[in-house]
Amino acid sequence: MQDIIMNALDYPILTLTTFLPLIGVLFILFMRKDKVIKWIALITTIATFSVSLPLYKYFDKTTYKMQFVEIHPWIPMWDIMYKVGVDGISILFIILTTILSILCVTVSWKAIQHKVKEFFVSLLIIETAMIGIFVSLNIFLFYLFWELMLIPMFLLIGVWGGPNRIYAAIKFVLFTLAGSVFMLIGIIVLYIIGGETLDILALSRVQYPFALQAWLFFGFFAAFAVKVPMFPVHTWLPDAHTEAPTAGSVILAGILLKMGAYGFLRFSLPMFPDATRAFLVPMLVLSVAAILYGAYVTLMQKDLKRLIAYSSVSHMGFVTLGIFTLNKTGVEGGILQMINHGIVTGALFLCVGIIYERTHTRMIEDYGGLAKSVPVYAVFFTIFTLAAIGFPGMNAFIGEFLIISGAFKMKTVLGILSIWGVVLGVMYMAWMYYRVVLNEVNPKIRSHLLDMDFREIITLVPLVFLVFLIGVQPEVLLSYMHTSVDHLLEQVNAQGVEVFTVSDSIKLLAQYIKEIF
Amino acid sequence: MDSFNIPNFPDLRPIAPELVVIGSALILILIDLFVKRKEIVAYTGIIGTILALFISIKVYAMIGPTSTFGGMFILDGYSNFFKLIFYINLILTICISIKYLRIEKASLGEYYALLLLATSGMMIMASAKDLMILYLGLELMSLSTYILVGILRNNLRSNEAAIKYFLLGGFSSAFLLYGASLIYGLTGTTDIAAIASYINVNGLAGNKILLLSMVLFAVALGFKIATVPFHMWAPDAYEGAPTSITAFMSVGPKAAGFAAIGRVFLIAFGSIKIEWSAVLIPLAVLSMGVGNIVALSQTNIKRMLAYSSIAHAGYALLGVIVGTGEGLSSMMNYMFIYAFMNIGAFAVVIMLRSEGISGEDLSDYEGLSKSHPLASALMLVFMLSLTGIPPTAGFIAKFYVFMEAIKAGYVSLVVIAVIFSVVSAFFYLRVIMYMYMREPKEEVVLSSSIPMGIALAVSTFIIFALGVFPSYILNLARFSILG
Repeated sequence: MQDIIMNALDYPILTLTTFLPLIGVLFILFMRKDKVIKWIALITTIATFSVSLPLYKYFDKTTYKMQFVEIHPWIPMWDIMYKVGVDGISILFIILTTILSILCVTVSWKAIQHKVKEFFVSLLIIETAMIGIFVSLNIFLFYLFWELMLIPMFLLIGVWGGPNRIYAAIKFVLFTLAGSVFMLIGIIVLYIIGGETLDILALSRVQYPFALQAWLFFGFFAAFAVKVPMFPVHTWLPDAHTEAPTAGSVILAGILLKMGAYGFLRFSLPMFPDATRAFLVPMLVLSVAAILYGAYVTLMQKDLKRLIAYSSVSHMGFVTLGIFTLNKTGVEGGILQMINHGIVTGALFLCVGIIYERTHTRMIEDYGGLAKSVPVYAVFFTIFTLAAIGFPGMNAFIGEFLIISGAFKMKTVLGILSIWGVVLGVMYMAWMYYRVVLNEVNPKIRSHLLDMDFREIITLVPLVFLVFLIGVQPEVLLSYMHTSVDHLLEQVNAQGVEVFTVSDSIKLLAQYIKEIF
Repeated sequence: MDSFNIPNFPDLRPIAPELVVIGSALILILIDLFVKRKEIVAYTGIIGTILALFISIKVYAMIGPTSTFGGMFILDGYSNFFKLIFYINLILTICISIKYLRIEKASLGEYYALLLLATSGMMIMASAKDLMILYLGLELMSLSTYILVGILRNNLRSNEAAIKYFLLGGFSSAFLLYGASLIYGLTGTTDIAAIASYINVNGLAGNKILLLSMVLFAVALGFKIATVPFHMWAPDAYEGAPTSITAFMSVGPKAAGFAAIGRVFLIAFGSIKIEWSAVLIPLAVLSMGVGNIVALSQTNIKRMLAYSSIAHAGYALLGVIVGTGEGLSSMMNYMFIYAFMNIGAFAVVIMLRSEGISGEDLSDYEGLSKSHPLASALMLVFMLSLTGIPPTAGFIAKFYVFMEAIKAGYVSLVVIAVIFSVVSAFFYLRVIMYMYMREPKEEVVLSSSIPMGIALAVSTFIIFALGVFPSYILNLARFSILG
């Protein structure tokens, strides 16, 4: 195995990072007092974050190989190994996860009043699942974490969510499950064809026949497209986002949506390169559709959370567009934009959550004049709104810039359409900002408006820091991914870029559908 | 001269576990006459079962695969694996019965004796190498179960369920006998291995009588494992029976039926595999479809679990359809895991039954997590496992079956299976939704007891242990492959 570098630290850093939250869960299970539970949750998330920090210090940026790898036998009968490791693509998501998890705990400090124990148990299980997804180097392990995420999230939305929470929770689970069972079939087929192994790296080296690649591509696409979510299967997202408690929305927007895009990078591109190229046109069309459709729908939202949710559809459209440009600029932009979206949208949901705790309304028409009544809050809100718009000097600007450059390299029309998406983004965010922060103070909520307290400021400050850090010094993050992205693109473009035309790929699709019946 | 001797007294070692179980049953009936506290009967039954389990392991380690009674009865890894399931089923059922029977005012000593007798019938079915022995075991199991279903003498629903189960069960037995007689007419033997070799030697694979007899066997055994369209009895019998018996018969007779299907179809009908898989595939698809879809509209949790058990029979049947030893071992693995998750779910249902409250309606679960967080958490685990969501064992069970099915080329079947899995997620999650996302209407009293707690703890532990470290059971199931 020349593709891996074993963990050289004297402790299993990735395993520890992944499972530390579960140890916190064990402690919480035996606690009775709500306050103690909250503190344990906070300490656990901070500890997880601290444990993960050496990863960035000792990460070798000059190689694409998997690092800090740990291998242990697990299910010998199926030749399944417990194998974890990170490369330049996955490492950044771990820090994103560990940071956002801390913020999810602090923001829920007061918002969660009943079933406190269950809430923090769910939250910590989700953290384990999220980290696990990004470190898994075995598809079986990956799938385990992928599904482990589902039920705590279901509870998070369904128990602590808004008025329409049960509908949203069930919709979320059924959509996700429907997608992932097809991935499960794909996994089993891979296992059988790829030589009875589920090792991601080993499977990426196998050359599959084209027809098989196409089928598997669709199987995995079903799971990832729902998670991203891509254009026609995005409908669970607005409901789930809107009804979820703040912490749930942050996790959904911050990390859960990234799992789909990460799946494309880890599975679809390296394992099914021919199919990826063949179905590039539909993928790009869906991405642009998501950008524009998402943006137009966002324009007419009346509910703050719903607005941010639909803007997520548009932003994730940028991400998938970047990934499927299949050039270095675009892919790196896509990955960076995933991180950015996690930070900015997570922060916006936190902002909405903070103000919602006071006013108990999410309707835009109920707001107005926040700049006058809660100036500190307004400052934070302004920063994150500008970041979401893609203001130069802030993080999303870099991501969008790279993606659009990549899109222009690929095809001019893609670039033009995605620029239009950015323009729409400015429109909906600025208009929302005008109605919420500027204007006159709405008398309905005047009596409830209190400015942010210390805990809330502490929650948002790290995100502000990241927004500007990435905005002015993107190389801090980009430097991690250069070699890994190069390697990924080598794998995809091994046989030269040869993209099918629109009519060809439609013909191919039709042929496959015919084969089914 | 040897050949003129009276046949030797049969070797009793392979059948020792069955003898222990039957002996314990008789002892239970005896001590029932003398003790007032029926718990003692129950605990004696558990001791007898553990003894039998111990002897099963010892004997098999000592003599290995052995047949006795002139080759009619066989002790092999295959039957031993199923016996393990039966022991587990029996012990867990006794554990969850003790308190429940007191609430139902039906603390009868013969209840436990009948449980043991039914179990010995299942064990004989799993070990049957001859169609006559198979029938013997089947009847011993069925007759005991009929009585158990109707053991709540003053409960009309229980009586109705017993009558229904008995009448339809009688039909299915007749089908089995008819199939066996046709086979005997065709091949002149009832020995399963001899049937197979006779068919092979004489090239009878395309024979119409053989096909007819195979279909009759599919009907009879399909009835026992409750596959659609032979499932009509299941919802009524499951709903009417005492809940502990529902748990018992949703696992035991089903597993016994699968044991018989495996042996009869893979060995006796081994040469007409294409034909019988053409019969079993529609059964599996219909079971998954009807079971899962009809379960969506149930409001009684016992009925819902009845339909869910029909659906699970469909999934496990995929392992048989594969038609290889590996496929069978995936089915065995499925039944093993299914035993824990299904009995666990029924155990929670039983806990909700208390004086005056049936606890069978889904609405009784509203807000359960508020008043009884632990019980709801356990139910959550069982529901997730039944859905097949990792890291519970239910996922491993499905994964293995699906893998074997895809290996054998039945990709479209697996696609159907996973789609219905998603459908099933809805009604399993609905229970979770009631428990966690609704406000409680009225105070629910849980009737828990120590044996019940042990049964729940063991089930939950196994579900997680096998969900995360499935190697143990996988190796055991693979080691016990038929033939």
